[in-house]
Amino acid sequence: MSNPQQLRYSKEHEWLSAADENGVATVGITEFAANALGDVVYAQLPEVGDTVTAGETCGELESTKSVSDLYSPVTGEIVAANQDVVDDPSLVNSAPFEGGWLFKVRVTEEPADLLSADEYTAQNAG
Amino acid sequence: MSSTEPTELRHTALDALHRSLGATMTDFAGWDMPLRYGSERDEHLAVRTKAGLFDLSHMGEITVTGPQAAALLNHALVGNIASVGVGRARYTMICQADGGILDDLIVYRLAETEYMVVANASNAQVVLDALTKRAEGFDAEVRDDRDAYALIAVQGPESPGILKSLTDADLDGLKYYAGLPGTVAGVPALIARTGYTGEDGFELFVKPEHAVQLWQALTEAGEGVGLVPCGLSCRDTLRLEAGMPLYGHELTTALTPFDAGLGRVVKFEKEGDFVGREALAEAASRAEQNPPRVLVGLIAEGRRVPRAGYPVVAGGAVIGEVTSGAPSPTLGKPIAIAYVDAAHAAPGTEGVGVDIRGSHEPYQVVALPFYKRQK
Repeated sequence: MSNPQQLRYSKEHEWLSAADENGVATVGITEFAANALGDVVYAQLPEVGDTVTAGETCGELESTKSVSDLYSPVTGEIVAANQDVVDDPSLVNSAPFEGGWLFKVRVTEEPADLLSADEYTAQNAG
Repeated sequence: MSSTEPTELRHTALDALHRSLGATMTDFAGWDMPLRYGSERDEHLAVRTKAGLFDLSHMGEITVTGPQAAALLNHALVGNIASVGVGRARYTMICQADGGILDDLIVYRLAETEYMVVANASNAQVVLDALTKRAEGFDAEVRDDRDAYALIAVQGPESPGILKSLTDADLDGLKYYAGLPGTVAGVPALIARTGYTGEDGFELFVKPEHAVQLWQALTEAGEGVGLVPCGLSCRDTLRLEAGMPLYGHELTTALTPFDAGLGRVVKFEKEGDFVGREALAEAASRAEQNPPRVLVGLIAEGRRVPRAGYPVVAGGAVIGEVTSGAPSPTLGKPIAIAYVDAAHAAPGTEGVGVDIRGSHEPYQVVALPFYKRQK
């Protein structure tokens, strides 16, 4: 699997797009994480207007065998949650970097330790 | 992540094959086993509608032979094993002296004085030790045959057709819970019509050196009819839908067969004493006077999935505990098996919920199983 070069990554397996002109970035989980979870069957996403904090839980992803906390890779305000994923959580497995995005956040602060695609790939190769 | 893998994990004869198929592997009872090859949901549905192929080589086979093999098993287990006909199999349990369940087992009678006991992987050593100890004074031998067998299961409505194309054995004459020796794809096998999926299917006990050849032959024979390799993840959702208990979840040493609603496996009428008889007789009369918690099915109205250990609630009080839960691919909703107080166990009981990490989610009480195949 390849991790898109234009994205940055958290150690907790979220990806973060570059912010647009309004400072809004898109967040999802990586293909590596989606594969590790197995079939995702339920997604509880943060709601529009929620404030999320980098490294803290903001939702949960449930798969056949387990439930995993969803972390926000950055601090900011939620401006969109992906209703398509709420309706069809399997999008997280089938298109983790595209249609399976999870939320959009207006970034107020981001941690310094986000990884590049190559660094993230190396983290999971060991 | 191989660097962090404990070195003592055991590998089945099919290990390299699983890896070549891209399986996600998991540590299960000390064995490195396939969890899934692709989507566990697709694997599950293949078994329900077509066929699935499983490596179950982690199961624990123990051979009991000798003139008193039947008498030993009648003493060591709660079932009436002496009454099992040659070529037949029986679901039974081994209990502690206090009646607690040590394991649930399938016992095959291979010959007049030869039985194969199949234990859960996690309990194989416990069962072997108990049988060995309980064999003292009997003219019978208990043999650890865990390394003598690989076990491959083919399950699902297409499985009889797949197997028929590879064997001359009389599969039509082979009833559910029976086993016969035969040759499958040129490999000597004990062919058993047993399984843990709620579907028709077969379990094939073969020598480990024949496992790869058999797996490949089954794969080729099933190619046209939708057979797929299946991992332990879908095995668990299949058995959950079929309402079958899993040791460590629905069955534990803290429960007697009567507490688990499986008192029917205890045969007090059989000849001779057996381990746990006294305690089990007490458990039976206790269960009659004061009904224990009942194993029921729960179906979610919402989408959040109950997990083992979550409290079952009604009217703000805890009335039971989930023992197994998962999203059901067949029902399209989360389901659970739970022990609940008898007062709330009737199908259709109102107001029952599961406490899912602090939120009380509504659940419908139903009788088990969730799924029964059409015959």
